[in-house]
Amino acid sequence: MTESNAHRLTVVGAGVMGVSITTTALLHGVPVRVVETDPRRLARLHADVDRQLRLARLLGAAPAERAPGELSASESLDGAGDTTVLVEAVTEHAGTKAKALAEACAVLASGTPIISNTSSIPVDELAGAVDDPARLIGVHFMNPPYLIRAVEVIRGPRTGEATLAAVRDLLAVLDRQVIVVRDAPGFVTSRLLHPMINDAARIVAEGVATAEQVDALMEGCLGHRTGPLRTADLIGLDNLADSLWVLHQRTGEERFRPCENLLEKVRKGDHGRKTGRGFYDYGEAQP
Amino acid sequence: MTISSAGPAASAQVESSIQQFLEKRLKATVAPDFDIFASGTVTSMFAMELVVHLEQTFGIMIAGPDLRMDNFRTIVSMTGLVLRLRETGGA
Repeated sequence: MTESNAHRLTVVGAGVMGVSITTTALLHGVPVRVVETDPRRLARLHADVDRQLRLARLLGAAPAERAPGELSASESLDGAGDTTVLVEAVTEHAGTKAKALAEACAVLASGTPIISNTSSIPVDELAGAVDDPARLIGVHFMNPPYLIRAVEVIRGPRTGEATLAAVRDLLAVLDRQVIVVRDAPGFVTSRLLHPMINDAARIVAEGVATAEQVDALMEGCLGHRTGPLRTADLIGLDNLADSLWVLHQRTGEERFRPCENLLEKVRKGDHGRKTGRGFYDYGEAQP
Repeated sequence: MTISSAGPAASAQVESSIQQFLEKRLKATVAPDFDIFASGTVTSMFAMELVVHLEQTFGIMIAGPDLRMDNFRTIVSMTGLVLRLRETGGA
């Protein structure tokens, strides 16, 4: 494993995952440049990251012996040529991700690994937008990544050995537990978890049980750490619906079609913790 | 909300304010010495909401060694933290 100062990370997209991946890297001493085109998100980036850094410290997730990395932010990739690994964390839409990946290729040095934080779109499908498909790999971080050590690494059929090695090194610096799987829609975690959440939402809509009861049963009887619906609120219901559509379109399986209860919440803007309400009411938007 | 200098009255005021916030958010009665984290009443993610709430409500800044879970487990421990930080001008 190299030292944390050997890495210079660029994170594209300052949504829930972009910000929390940034936090994880900074905590472990890795400097991060965040690229975000939305000026409102860019304006609150430092405050958002600062709040998460404090939460991570509060929960004992910060390595005591390491000074945090330096955070910088900009609205374009200009000057990002010195990046050692780039993380794409934009919305879970194939077109949006493809555009971000193509733009990244234009400024990075040849061979610089690109991580897509895809949660459902297959890596090889995204690789079509990359000049050299060997440099692309999927790393599915779970929210909040600074508290969840395990990461799902997706090796596409064209992902290169050097890319996998470099990303393993970065994830070792970030003290993550790496589990490498093959490429498929939703990989392992989303393919299993998302239809479960979809069913949990149906159960609530049918009046079989309340959200609290569903989560209490999954936690108390089956050992789920936060319950599927509290987890859904952490993921973000908009992202969850996007991912379910990705799975539905690519497999044709009806169980992946987002249920009406979920879609209704998305339409109303109840996207979970980040908007203050989802399956649960949080009073106001949560960090 | 404004709260005057420390003393038994101030302490009771802080304690009652925190209790009201917790009971509103948790939709349950919360005793002053009840450990909200050990009991599984809330997840650890709720801790940051408490930090932000205490900072904004009482005009304090919670940082460094004060950022530890033990300070946020009970109404009593949170009240102690708030009074101490206001006393020492922890803002």
